[in-house]
Amino acid sequence: MSSTPDAQPEARTVRGTVVTTVPRASFDPADGSARPEELIDVYLRVNGAERHARVPGRRLLSDALRHDLGLTGTHVGCEHGVCGACTVLLDGQPVRACLMFAATAQGHEITTVEGLSTPDGELGPVQQAFVECHGLQCGFCTPGFLTTITAYLDENPDPTPEEAREAIAGNLCRCTGYQNIVKAVCRAAELRRGDDPAPDGTQTPPAPTQEEEQR
Amino acid sequence: MKPAPFTYHAPADLDQTLALLAEYGPVAKVLAGGQSLVPVLNMRLANPAHLIDINNVPGLDAVVTDDDTVRVGALVRHAHLLSHSAARTAQPLLRQALQWVAHPVIRNRGTTLGSIVHADPSGEMPAVLALTDGRVRLRSAGGAREVPAAEFFVGPMESAIADDELAVEAVFGRFPAGTRTGFTETARRHGDYALAGVALAVGLDDGPDGGTMTSARASFVSVTDVPDVLDLTPVVGGAAVADLADLADAVSEAVATHVDPVGDIHASADYRRHLAVVQTQRLLSTLVGATAEEEIA
Repeated sequence: MSSTPDAQPEARTVRGTVVTTVPRASFDPADGSARPEELIDVYLRVNGAERHARVPGRRLLSDALRHDLGLTGTHVGCEHGVCGACTVLLDGQPVRACLMFAATAQGHEITTVEGLSTPDGELGPVQQAFVECHGLQCGFCTPGFLTTITAYLDENPDPTPEEAREAIAGNLCRCTGYQNIVKAVCRAAELRRGDDPAPDGTQTPPAPTQEEEQR
Repeated sequence: MKPAPFTYHAPADLDQTLALLAEYGPVAKVLAGGQSLVPVLNMRLANPAHLIDINNVPGLDAVVTDDDTVRVGALVRHAHLLSHSAARTAQPLLRQALQWVAHPVIRNRGTTLGSIVHADPSGEMPAVLALTDGRVRLRSAGGAREVPAAEFFVGPMESAIADDELAVEAVFGRFPAGTRTGFTETARRHGDYALAGVALAVGLDDGPDGGTMTSARASFVSVTDVPDVLDLTPVVGGAAVADLADLADAVSEAVATHVDPVGDIHASADYRRHLAVVQTQRLLSTLVGATAEEEIA
C-alpha cells in the first residue's frame, strides 16, 4: 500500500492512545496510479458518547467501530449480512453493521455490545442470562445475539420459547446448537421483569438432554 | 470483504440527488437500505465509481393509502411498512409477503422500493408489485414517469430504470372488496431466499356451499425470470368452492406450464416446479376456505 505526497498522516486518540494513520491509497482506473482516497468526517453518538472518525466513504460501520473507534466488541463474520455477528443498535433498532457505511450512520445513535452493561461494569440482563444459561461457547457470535435480543425484548418483553427461537433466527452460532440461547432469551425476559432471581446469580440450568443436544 | 473505493455523496434533497444522477448516472449506484447493494459491493460484484446515499433526502419516507393504491416512498423500510396498519388494511398482501422478507434485522434497514428496483426474481416484493398491477414512479432531472410492473421488470436483476433516474415511489394496487390474498414460500433455512414462493389473490362471490370463485391470479418467487402474473381465472373462474378439488389437475398444469425454474445446488428445476404447484394448490384451498383476509399468513 503506497501513499502519495498529499496523503497526510492523521493523529487521533483511541482510548487515550494516540494513533496515527495515513489515508489509504486507491488506484486511478485510468492509468493505475495511486491516489489518496477522499476522507469524510463522521460524527456518531456511540454508547452515549460523541465520537468522531475520519474515514473513506466505503468504510463499513462495523470496521469504523472496530478500527477507528477501538470498539472491538462488534464482531465481523460473513460481511454480507447472513451471520448477524456484527449486529448493533441504530437508534435502538438492530441493524447489520457490515451492511451499512459509517457515513450513512452520521448523526445517529449507535449502541454496541460495550453499551449493554451498566456504566460501572455490571452486566445487563441479556448478558447475565447468557452467563446463567450457558448461552455461549466460543463467544464469537455473542455480541450480535446480545444486541438483537436486547432490542427484541423491548418489543416483546415476555416471549415464549417458540417466539424466542424466531427472534434469534437471523443470527448464526456454530457452537451451541441454540438450545441454551433460546433459554437465555426467556431468562433475560425474567431478569428484566424482576422475576425469579437465580439463587447466586451463577446457577447453571440442568444440562440439555441428549435429544436437545441433537437439535 | 470490503467495497472498492468510490466517491461518496450524501445529497440533502431530491434536486441534488437528481443532479448527481444526471452527472454520474452510468457509473453511480443509489444507496437506500443497502441490504442487497452493500453485500454486492462487499463482494466486489459491483464497483461503482460514485455512491449516492439518499438516506438524508426528505420526503421519501411516506406511506400513503387511497381508494385505489398504497404508495410507498423510497426510504420506507420493510419493518415500517409491515407495521403500518392503514397499508395492511388497504392491501393485506403487503403484510403477508413482508413477513417472508429475510429476518427482522434486515427488514429494519432494507427498503421495499429498493427490493423492487433490485429486481431479484427471488425477491418477495417484486412479485407483490406485479400481482397488484402496481407501478413504479421514477424521477430524473429531465422529468418524471410511471412504469407499470409488467414493463418494469425486464429480466433477472434488471429493471427498466434508466441511469439518470431515481425510483421515488412504489405504487401498489388494491383489490376489490371480497378478494382474498395470501403468500407462502419454502426456503432451506429460515429467512433465506425461497426455493419457490407464490402470491395469490382470489375473488369470491358469496353463495351456497361456500360460494363461487370469480377470479384467481398468482405471481411467483424464484421460479420465473421476472414476476409475471399467471391468470388462473380461466381455470377456476365461475366454479363453486366445493368443486375446487376437481380442478386440482387443471390448476397444476397451469402453474407447471407457467413457471420456468432454474436448477442449482439447492434444488433442481423439477423440484422447484413441484413446490410452486403444491404451494399454489394449498394456498388456493386455504384462501377459499378461510373466512377473512386477515386469517391468512
